Amino acid sequence: MSDSLSPRDWASHPAYRDPGYKSTGLRGPTQPLVTLPAGIGELSGPRFGKDFVFGDDADLTRNGRVNGEPQGERIIVTGRVMDENGRAVPDTLVEVWQANAAGRYVHSRDQHDAPLDPNFLGAGRCATDADGVYRFLTVKPGAYPWPNHFNAWRPNHIHLSLFGPGFGTRLVTQMYFPGDPLLDLDPIFKATPEPVRTRLVADFDIEVTQEAYALGYRFDIVLRGSAATPMEG
Amino acid sequence: MATKGQTPSQTVGPYFAYGLTPEQYGYRLKSIAHPTVGGLEAGGGPRILVEGRVLDGNGDPIDDAMIEIWQADAQGRYPGTDKAANSAFTGFARCGTGTDKDKRFIFETVKPGAADEGQAPHINVIVFARGLLSHAYTRLYFADEAEANAADPVLARVPETRRGTLIAARHETDRGVVYRFDIHLQGAAETVFFDV
Ligand SMILES: [Fe+2]
Repeated sequence: MSDSLSPRDWASHPAYRDPGYKSTGLRGPTQPLVTLPAGIGELSGPRFGKDFVFGDDADLTRNGRVNGEPQGERIIVTGRVMDENGRAVPDTLVEVWQANAAGRYVHSRDQHDAPLDPNFLGAGRCATDADGVYRFLTVKPGAYPWPNHFNAWRPNHIHLSLFGPGFGTRLVTQMYFPGDPLLDLDPIFKATPEPVRTRLVADFDIEVTQEAYALGYRFDIVLRGSAATPMEG
Repeated sequence: MATKGQTPSQTVGPYFAYGLTPEQYGYRLKSIAHPTVGGLEAGGGPRILVEGRVLDGNGDPIDDAMIEIWQADAQGRYPGTDKAANSAFTGFARCGTGTDKDKRFIFETVKPGAADEGQAPHINVIVFARGLLSHAYTRLYFADEAEANAADPVLARVPETRRGTLIAARHETDRGVVYRFDIHLQGAAETVFFDV
């Protein structure tokens, strides 16, 4: 639990309704939000950390195996979870889910005509360490079509869900890949205010890349922080 | 001065279930949370059900939303705070709307006590869904706490005509006490959402 909470910075988040992303039309709230100063119910939150990472949860190339390795390009995703003052958010859970290398989700609703991979579930989780660093292994997700408009394709992306210290720091987001030509055509990515979109794009990092095994990407995540200015020197 | 910008929110999308609510939907991954609040027996109060639907601007229930709740126990103690240091009650539950034939979320929990002097008992609620680019915060208050609700400082911030959207009606059923709480994302009865 933190002792205060900085405001949700609406210049950093998509608006509830976006003309390009059709599903927002009937789903995005229309009335102004009512300001709620953070109290104990917003500052406190469920304790989800490393105790909730089970078995091979942090290795999506393993946790869905049935009779072999999943298809696709192995990647390592790592980064630091911090607050707006750059302070580490330790021992917090990062839940992830994604399409397989062919752009197909295990989800029963996904009817995209691309192959399922019997050895890939596409969901897992990891926790940040004392320095706020998380790391998971997976395969690079494929792009997939969606019905938003004619010839609409989601760029390669991984969904992430984080708790942080309180219910008020909750975040669900998506991580994208650098250089993806679909980014500039994607209404969900583009619903994010233009100046901050790059925060959703991971960096390729040769230092994270593992020799002869997997490419490495770095994706830092900033949660809302304590409203007070830190007094560190 | 903050030096790092907040990571933008993105929609949970239509395919969250096998990652966030796998056991509820029958996927082969262990869940971290369930529609029954963790440590229910340690919650110290009468067990209740909280159920409702998430409705879009046409009034149609949505079957790809996910609701999270966070609450104090029956004594008004939030898990993880000093007051509840040794309690097994987690105060947290998660439910998708895609497994019930009526597209309801159905939570099993205890009725929370008032956490602070002057506050009415309530459950903190987050709505996630395809088409919701940023998650939406709301609160569930209890219809049988009229006196406490009238004095609640947060409800007082809400225009009087809209307060009813935050009040769950109490029903005695053969399943026990059920509080019904429909969440309207839009429309004449649009639920009050908070800038937490
Ligand atoms: Fe997706």
